[in-house]
Amino acid sequence: MTTEAAAAPPPTLRQRVFGETPSAWVFVAPAAVIIVGLAIVPIVWSLVLSFRASDLLSPGRSVGFANYEALVKDPDLRSAIGHTIVFTGLFVPLSIVVGLLLAIALNRRIRLIGLYRTAILLPFIASTAVQGVLFSFIFDQRFGVANAMLDKLGIARQGFLGDPDQALLVIVLIALWGGVGFSVVIYLAALQDVPADLVDAARVDGAKRWGVLRHVILPQLMPVTVFLLIWQTLLSLQLFDLVYATTRGGPLDSTVVVVYYIYKQAFVLFHAGYAAAVAYVVAAFLIALASLQFIYSRWSARHA
Amino acid sequence: MSAAVRRLPFSPWHLLLAPTAILFALPFFWMVLSSFMSNAQINQFPPTIIPDSLHVVGWDHVLRRATFPSWFANSMIVASVTVISNLIFCSLAGYAFARLRFRGSSVLLGLILATLIIPFQLTMIPTFIVMERLNLVDTLSALIIPGLVTPLGVFLMRQFFVNLPREVEEAARIDGCSRLGVLVHVALPLARPALATLAALTFLITWNDLLWPLIAINSEDTFTLPLGLTTFQGQHTQDWAAIMAGNVITAIPVVIAFLLAQRTFIESLTSSAVKG
Repeated sequence: MTTEAAAAPPPTLRQRVFGETPSAWVFVAPAAVIIVGLAIVPIVWSLVLSFRASDLLSPGRSVGFANYEALVKDPDLRSAIGHTIVFTGLFVPLSIVVGLLLAIALNRRIRLIGLYRTAILLPFIASTAVQGVLFSFIFDQRFGVANAMLDKLGIARQGFLGDPDQALLVIVLIALWGGVGFSVVIYLAALQDVPADLVDAARVDGAKRWGVLRHVILPQLMPVTVFLLIWQTLLSLQLFDLVYATTRGGPLDSTVVVVYYIYKQAFVLFHAGYAAAVAYVVAAFLIALASLQFIYSRWSARHA
Repeated sequence: MSAAVRRLPFSPWHLLLAPTAILFALPFFWMVLSSFMSNAQINQFPPTIIPDSLHVVGWDHVLRRATFPSWFANSMIVASVTVISNLIFCSLAGYAFARLRFRGSSVLLGLILATLIIPFQLTMIPTFIVMERLNLVDTLSALIIPGLVTPLGVFLMRQFFVNLPREVEEAARIDGCSRLGVLVHVALPLARPALATLAALTFLITWNDLLWPLIAINSEDTFTLPLGLTTFQGQHTQDWAAIMAGNVITAIPVVIAFLLAQRTFIESLTSSAVKG
């Protein structure tokens, strides 16, 4: 840079103000306007809103910390958080363990393997609306195939999505069917990156299959596992589409999760200020979680 | 795996993989099959598994009496405009961040990357208010504008251009090509795999989105497919043949795109993992 600059003619005023290539601003302007305008501005706006009583359409009035005080005591929010934690606590570990097992099974050259991979990945590509509507049909209480199969096996018919005790668990099952593909893709890519000579060396040293998996392959998958853990957690905590496409929060509010609650407060009940306060608290938590991933990847890069 | 193992006629892994693959694929078969059944065949217990006759009443309903064709068109418009604009603007910005020196570039890049971790539910309320003020609520523009440029896209393109050797471009520069000329004639043709990844990812996210259309759109004429499908299901609860026909329509474009370009889609999914 310095030697180049010495040889180049002295910078013009325009270059001194805008940098070496002022036209670069033309390149980045659209991205800057959209991203700053529709991300940074709303972040500030949300914060302002969260201190107001607003019905979404009129500016409303300032209420100080009232929204934040109310959300601490809100029993409906508390149960929405509870449902979100149950969903996350089941979905995240299951999607990672099942994803890892399937990726190990799929990571070999046998006949039909391409077909198997496609079948297992396909649900992930379909939209959550498709998944939700499809499984509302399969788990339909009266005419669904799920109950027909239970009936064949001599098991009593179940309420599934219509039963407040089961609905959230059924949603976890649907989410696994539709979401495990992501873990599989990520693990498959990581497995293919495990150095073959490392595995061979362990074999030569007399390690059995299980030993190779436990002491050679699993440690290599650690960074990917941390990524998946945080990624799937972030997704789970933001669950919305699947709930909307299956139960819309019911039966008896047993599947109202946090983002569904925010959506309902803001766009159904028009408590925009209160919804913004809830969104802020949840977002602060999510951002902290995402930063963990960032810190971990920095840390592991330095200790690699 | 040694060659001897590969030559075995039957791998025991099939015993695990075949049932699992069937478990994952079966709901789709069931979806397609029941879209060709009559509601009389479906709405009985136990339901017909292998129909003795096929019917098109469900398809007739969604194609002729419901608004599925125009929802399909809306989804196509929103997804294609979003994909094209991301290809253009993310390339421009990504290239500038990778190659050009300008005042404030690192601050701006940092700002853009920081928005990657902002969850949508934090920005959705003010974004709605902005669209309301611009009089865009209930138009396709409201669905297109927030996705015109995505921070992930800018990041992906920047990563690609950073790793591209400079030598190729320098030859063109010496020949008197402008920066834009270098980008269009030299860098972008080399960036085809990255552009395909970006297109696949953008298409998938835009086509499948439900929450934002649900917020921004009120009238049926402007629905996208996921929004139309869930609304239709809510209105016709036991008309499963028609609902499943609508479900096939909603699923088919992504499924076909995935089957045609599986490698690109997988590439785009793993690329989101390296961003950390």
